[in-house]
Amino acid sequence: MTANNASDLPQVSDRLAKNAMRNVSERIIESILFAAAAVSVLTTIGIVYVLVSESIHFFQNVSIVDFLTDTQWTPLFDDAHFGIMVLISGTLVSSAVALAVAIPMGTVIAIYLSEFAHPKVRETAKPILELLGGIPTIVFGYFALLMVTPLLQKVFPELPGFSLLSAGLVMGIMIVPYIASLSEDAMRAVPMSMREGSYAMGATKLYTAIHVVVPAAISGLAASYILGISRAVGETMILAVAAGMQPNLTWNPAEPAATITSYIVQVALGDLPHGSIGYQTIFAAGLTLLLITLCFNILGQWLRRRFREAY
Amino acid sequence: MQPLTTEQVRALIAKGKLKDTLFQALGIIFLAIGVAVIVLLVGDMIIRGSERLTLDFFMNFASRRASQAGILSAWVGSLLVMLVTALAAVPLGVAAGLYLEEYAKRNWVTEIIEINITNLAAVPSIVYGLLSLGIFVYAFGFGQSILTAGLTLALLILPIVIVSTREAIRSIPAMIREGSMAVGATRWQTCRYHIIPYAMPGILTGVIIGLARAIGETAPIITIGALTFIAFLPPVPFTATGAEGATAGLFDWLMSPFTVMPIQIFNWTSRPDPAFEVNAAAAGFVLMVMVLSMNGLAIWLRYRLRKNIKW
Repeated sequence: MTANNASDLPQVSDRLAKNAMRNVSERIIESILFAAAAVSVLTTIGIVYVLVSESIHFFQNVSIVDFLTDTQWTPLFDDAHFGIMVLISGTLVSSAVALAVAIPMGTVIAIYLSEFAHPKVRETAKPILELLGGIPTIVFGYFALLMVTPLLQKVFPELPGFSLLSAGLVMGIMIVPYIASLSEDAMRAVPMSMREGSYAMGATKLYTAIHVVVPAAISGLAASYILGISRAVGETMILAVAAGMQPNLTWNPAEPAATITSYIVQVALGDLPHGSIGYQTIFAAGLTLLLITLCFNILGQWLRRRFREAY
Repeated sequence: MQPLTTEQVRALIAKGKLKDTLFQALGIIFLAIGVAVIVLLVGDMIIRGSERLTLDFFMNFASRRASQAGILSAWVGSLLVMLVTALAAVPLGVAAGLYLEEYAKRNWVTEIIEINITNLAAVPSIVYGLLSLGIFVYAFGFGQSILTAGLTLALLILPIVIVSTREAIRSIPAMIREGSMAVGATRWQTCRYHIIPYAMPGILTGVIIGLARAIGETAPIITIGALTFIAFLPPVPFTATGAEGATAGLFDWLMSPFTVMPIQIFNWTSRPDPAFEVNAAAAGFVLMVMVLSMNGLAIWLRYRLRKNIKW
């Protein structure tokens, strides 16, 4: 560049200024994007803050020992009892029923799709499973109450109109797609050479699937089961519609009972004033629910790390 | 050990093959149960609800008389809530995904955000309802409005949008970025003119799946205390309201009380009068059509995407 006609060309200082402007706007954009990413952290902080702060008010009125050991849950009666075990029992029983359906069904479907099915079958089955998983839970609730319960009553005439059993069965069907699809992904990630080694030894497909592929993919399977458990514990509408909402300390799935989630729905449907003890109970119940799912998630992450097989 | 005779080996092979076949049959049966549930659900709702599936059903408000009740306020409410949800979740989710894929440095802040998004996806939906009851309804004073519901569902589907954005961005090869930067584009220009447009179909798929999930969510909306009996529509901007001479502002509808499809179904399902079951079936069918067509659209979009893109 010659120095003579420098005045016609953009001055170095101009270009630097333009660059600086560009850098500033890049910085601004980056901070906006960062703020968007930080919203998810704020959401978590918000959840913890709301649940803990309302629960603190609650535990100023009710002792934690009563909360954990009382065998009655009658927060809105004059003779109020706050035994969360009543709601936890409903949650655990319905989840157990759901998992008893979802884990075997989901695992078998996953093994079938990953090891046996023709690629065309797999490509058709996966979207169908996805559609099944996308059905709104309220529709599943309707299904449980108006179709599954009458059907079960034909087999067990003494089954009441609301029961943990029919809600749990339908919840299981709802969870199958999650478990099947995640487990299938995990099994398909197992390298082909391992299967080939097994076939070369004369093993059948089923033997290979159970003794080679499943053990190799076990961390992924465990993760899918844990997700299934979180789904079952947090499921709300199926239980609110089909399991009845009376608090009932029971381990018998053939009885109606309230769960943590359906209790929250029941209270929210009523008209409780902001700040009353009844209003605070739903946050204490919500905190319990969050802690239960958190425990399972931590367990899941631990299992994944403990049994991870890298190839 | 005695060497096996040929017959014994044949018997052994036959036994192994029989087990293979039986297992395949089991897999197909379980898959068929999943398909049967979808067919039964939709079929039952059509048969039960067919008499109510007329134009009047879509144009009538909820009513105490089952035969006159309709879903006008419910479907309008659902559409408006989805509008708010999409307007909040799409920019936030895409920006967050963009930040994490294109800008974020590998440090502890990024790691916290990533772990946090994974964990948020496993939080039960009813907990989001409690969050929004504490924050949006009372702390921010939005009340039980369309705005509150839309924002609640936006937070709920944010992880889905972020994860699908990240997957779409990750599938764009590095040479695209290098080419763009080689001709002097800044990072944001690269994102604006290359990354976002190329990732758009993938992002769209995630958004549709997220919205399909949101439109069927009942629990968080009930928890914020949405009314179930709404016999009016949110105010249309710039039209006269009930008060003398007053016109509704552009954003008044955001603050309006509302109901949505799943709540209307829940309300009808939980009434003892079987006449309302017919309404619940009809409304459930409408909701299923909405959700299944959205999911179907997303699955089709992803299928086309996989077929067409060759970098």
